Amino acid sequence: MTDAGAPPLISIRHVFKSYRRGGQTVPVLHDVSFDVARGDFLGLMGPSGSGKSTLLNLIAGIDKPETGEVLVDGVDITQLDESELADWRAGAVGFIFQFYNLMPVLTAFENVELPLMLTHLPRKLRRLHAEAALALVGLADRMEHYPSELSGGQQQRVAIARAIITDPKLIVADEPTGDLDRQSAEDVLALMDRLNVELGKTILMVTHDRRAAGRAHAIMYLDKGELSTSGDLYERSVREARA
Amino acid sequence: MQFLKLILRNALRHKLRTGLTVLGLVVAILAFGLLQTVVDAWYAGANSAAPNRLVTRNAISLTFPMPLHYRDKIRGVDGVRAVGAANWFGGIYQDPKNFFPQFAIDPAPYFAMYPEYRLKEDELRAFLRDRKGAVIGRKLAATYGFRLGDAIPLQGTIYPGTWSFTVRGIYDGAEAKTDTSQMFFHWDYVNEVIKAKIPRRADQVGVFVVQIDDPARSAEISRAIDRQFVNSLAETLTETEKAFQLGFVAMTEAIVVAIRIVSFVVIFIILAVMANTMAMTARERLGEYATLKALGFAPAYVAWLVLGESVAIAVIGAGIGIAATFPVSAGFAAKMGTLFPVFEVSGGTVALQAGCAIAVGVAAALLPGRRAARMKIVDGLRAIG
Repeated sequence: MTDAGAPPLISIRHVFKSYRRGGQTVPVLHDVSFDVARGDFLGLMGPSGSGKSTLLNLIAGIDKPETGEVLVDGVDITQLDESELADWRAGAVGFIFQFYNLMPVLTAFENVELPLMLTHLPRKLRRLHAEAALALVGLADRMEHYPSELSGGQQQRVAIARAIITDPKLIVADEPTGDLDRQSAEDVLALMDRLNVELGKTILMVTHDRRAAGRAHAIMYLDKGELSTSGDLYERSVREARA
Repeated sequence: MQFLKLILRNALRHKLRTGLTVLGLVVAILAFGLLQTVVDAWYAGANSAAPNRLVTRNAISLTFPMPLHYRDKIRGVDGVRAVGAANWFGGIYQDPKNFFPQFAIDPAPYFAMYPEYRLKEDELRAFLRDRKGAVIGRKLAATYGFRLGDAIPLQGTIYPGTWSFTVRGIYDGAEAKTDTSQMFFHWDYVNEVIKAKIPRRADQVGVFVVQIDDPARSAEISRAIDRQFVNSLAETLTETEKAFQLGFVAMTEAIVVAIRIVSFVVIFIILAVMANTMAMTARERLGEYATLKALGFAPAYVAWLVLGESVAIAVIGAGIGIAATFPVSAGFAAKMGTLFPVFEVSGGTVALQAGCAIAVGVAAALLPGRRAARMKIVDGLRAIG
């Protein structure tokens, strides 16, 4: 549920971003502005190369725009230096990647515990938190398994447990179901739904999958670096997502 | 704790690759240690020299002798406590390849001046009583199986004829670096035989070993000794025992320098191998490093992960290499017989081995670690999938 009275969790203002390829400047995002309310579950859709992953990266603080403001929970993260951004990401954002991005040499438990190594929590508390997160994603009995011993869906659930372990307000997911079979994808989406509804996490999800997008409260459509939340493009994407 | 765990597990992730790299390191560190030990063996004589001993020789060359009567004049120089004559004998035992040093000496003063040669009282007395007797070192005895009472035949080269000496004593070294591969017998006996065979070569001494009261006065006493024989037929050159021994090393310095260079080339080669391994490793893990950075880990943490893994591999390789150096050098020394009188792996060599291994580990990780730390997160994440 969104908190209508509260200021938005994310405010993007006039963001421009381009890449240089072979001596040429390729614009990726062109004057993008929008807000995301606290507790929202927003889907970002668009064709390949439309700039949706770039937009997600900017909001998650792993890339920087050329111009514009990216305010997350009142912090303009474009003004933070690398070290400050790293600290900010550690506490403010949870990441869910398409290919899970777990450390193959660490067990499920150790992977989930990893972000807590950046905190001052004592070992015992870290253990309690990691166990609780793994129980939440239904993997309490797989704690000592290595990623290679888990299915894709299970690995993504471990990644979700890792994303929420520091209790961030924002979770960014880049194609979270892109590498999963249908059933696993459903399980992961159901889990994300729970994070949104039960834990109040604001979720920003990039996806090509209409079923995945159907879980979102709202969908933004990016095309050639421009955003549309209303009009034909928005309606079309909503229709596609609901189909 | 998690950091160390991650380093160790990463290091053991590609067992074959890590195993081969460690094997390369073991061979390199072992070869480096052996070559350094060979260099040390070259300097063994100089390193075991005592500061209160001087050596007086003919100023022209070591191959030119000095008259025996110099002994008394040297003994009279202020600050001199004892003097003993010593001649290099250069005999062959059965076969020229059975090389070991033999010296004709003044027994009583000589053993008094060399307390590092530990000889039992009764054996010293037996040696002093028997003019054809000899004292040999423990290593020499072990190499050829000599025992007390055995006769050692030597074919003379400098002093012609067949000589035979009876083993009356076997000395031990006070320290591991003490040379126990030598043989000593009576200068008087050799001189007596030579006097009968080649009278013009009698009463000639190769070097005088001089014991002094105060090592701080060695330069002054050396000058005083040499002054005694200025403008004589055999002017002398007196120097500390260490300088005398280093003079021998200087004759073969090119070989020593070459060995030193080769030993460091070996280290450079393994550095290249190790750097290649770490570059491959870091390139494969760009996605993981990017993920860690996305989760909030600082770039320095990622650099330390690469460095830690490299140093961990280097430490494992160095540990095995250093441990292997001892038995391998012992086997090498046994094979070399008395060619290298002292062949001991020194603490300095072990420290050098460890230092080189750590340096290799650090150097190999510098570029990959820097690259991983400076890599943009979005670029690293693109490497996955």
